[in-house]
Amino acid sequence: MTATAAPFRAKRVLPGFTLSLGTTLLYLVLIVLIPIAALILKGAEIGPAAFWAIVSSERAVAAFRITLTAAAIATAFNAAYGLLMAWVLVRHDFPGKRILDALMDVPFALPTAVAGLSLTALFSANGWFGQVLHPAGIPVVYTIWGIALAMAFTSIPFVVRTVQPVLEDLDPSLEQAAETLGATPWQVFTRVVFPAILPAWLAGCTTAFARSLGEFGAIVFIAGNLPFETEIAALLAYIRLEEYDYNGAAAIALVLLGFALVLLIVSNILQSWAARHREATR
Amino acid sequence: MSAPDMIAPGSAATGHGRPARTMGARALIGLAVILTLLIVVAPLVYIFARAFSEGWQVYASNILDPAMLHAIWLTSLVAVIVVPLNIAFGIAAAWAVAKHRFPGRGVLVTMIEIPFSISPIIAGICYLLLYGRQGLLGPWLGEVDLQVMFALPGIVLVTMFVTAPFVAREVLPLMQAQGTAQEEAAVTLGASGWQVFRRVTLPNIRFALLYGAVLCTARAVGEFGGVSVVSGNIRGQTNTLPLHVELLFNDLNAVGAFAAASTLTVIALVALILKAVLEGRRG
Repeated sequence: MTATAAPFRAKRVLPGFTLSLGTTLLYLVLIVLIPIAALILKGAEIGPAAFWAIVSSERAVAAFRITLTAAAIATAFNAAYGLLMAWVLVRHDFPGKRILDALMDVPFALPTAVAGLSLTALFSANGWFGQVLHPAGIPVVYTIWGIALAMAFTSIPFVVRTVQPVLEDLDPSLEQAAETLGATPWQVFTRVVFPAILPAWLAGCTTAFARSLGEFGAIVFIAGNLPFETEIAALLAYIRLEEYDYNGAAAIALVLLGFALVLLIVSNILQSWAARHREATR
Repeated sequence: MSAPDMIAPGSAATGHGRPARTMGARALIGLAVILTLLIVVAPLVYIFARAFSEGWQVYASNILDPAMLHAIWLTSLVAVIVVPLNIAFGIAAAWAVAKHRFPGRGVLVTMIEIPFSISPIIAGICYLLLYGRQGLLGPWLGEVDLQVMFALPGIVLVTMFVTAPFVAREVLPLMQAQGTAQEEAAVTLGASGWQVFRRVTLPNIRFALLYGAVLCTARAVGEFGGVSVVSGNIRGQTNTLPLHVELLFNDLNAVGAFAAASTLTVIALVALILKAVLEGRRG
């Protein structure tokens, strides 16, 4: 250990610091950081002009637009559904509640390819839901709605699991006070409950959106993957790889990486706001 | 995605819920149940309905198909390699971060979380750009005749990337909350580092560790996007179970695809049940 680290070492009682930190750093560097660096280096190698030409090409712009639109639809659904589920699971008792709660983790445990396969078959013309929706003129499969559906399914847990603990911490006496003062249930929710859970809810929505932008496995089954119509950005990057157009794949991947990192920062800011908010309203 | 949300323990036991009395409350619960049945339960049930739609015998012959068995074997092999490595990494990271103070701890925690916010398909592209024939290490790998891409090492590496945070994220907060007093007492009494870990720390974190390992296994077994990029989808060689689902689907063998999917679904359901059991113990 170097001299600069000595002051830290002096206070250290527990053994294994060098070994555990060394293992951690080695793993992170080899498995996570060097591969990401390879992508960034590739991006630098392409050069700004060629990079811009790739990501502003008509097909790439269409893919980004489709990805963002579908992710926005999926997030809007989960913003409402996740809030409903969190509310019902925390604030009400009813038979089967534990099962309903456990079901919220299914989209994390179920492989995305399996989810994609099942949703595609369910909503195709002869599936359980498709039989009803197709004659009604609502084709889900091979449309942007199918993409949004797959994204929504795979990102279900984010909003529920972020809002749930905050709602649990919220003192019910605040709501009771509001009720006593004559507030309607809707007023209690919008004036008392919602402001308290807002930061956590927004953080959950941000992570759900980020997850939707990166989703691939579930979507390739349901999307039909038609350029300009149902081709998402991650798939376009994949197609470029299969064409041995590594520059094209790297440029699109870098844009997605940029989105992911920005959303990670936003989500971290929201979560720390949520944590402070939670302390304050406790 | 620094998502403590993903692992937030279920609230069923702790919520100060009240019995539903009003009409409004009943309507909300009804809506929640119906939506969940349609969105979450129906896809689950449908997997088994379709897998067995042509009877047990067709199901059995689908599962016993050599390509399917190979995919199951390969997926198990990847999990058997990745999960122990991930456990070792998770424990090391948690020990370093939770039991010691050093500059850059926050940065290290963020770095551990990075794979969560990166799409697996991007992870796959990163690996291809590093180890592929045209990649940074490609010429060198060609010289020493080491095949990483389109082979087992590539699949293992990208799965390690994707699952990196799973164990660390479960164990770290617990170790942090438990502090260092017990370990320090053990050291004072003359215990060696290994003894401290085995006799003091490990019993304290065992359920969280097991829980992280379960989540890691489920994720490792189900990884699709990243593996899809690095495996090359070579039938009977680099086809993992999730890739086999896609391959059968593209072959228009829907029942076969659902049979493959059903095995993965069983693993997912077992993981969820273990999660519920471990959460009960952990609390």
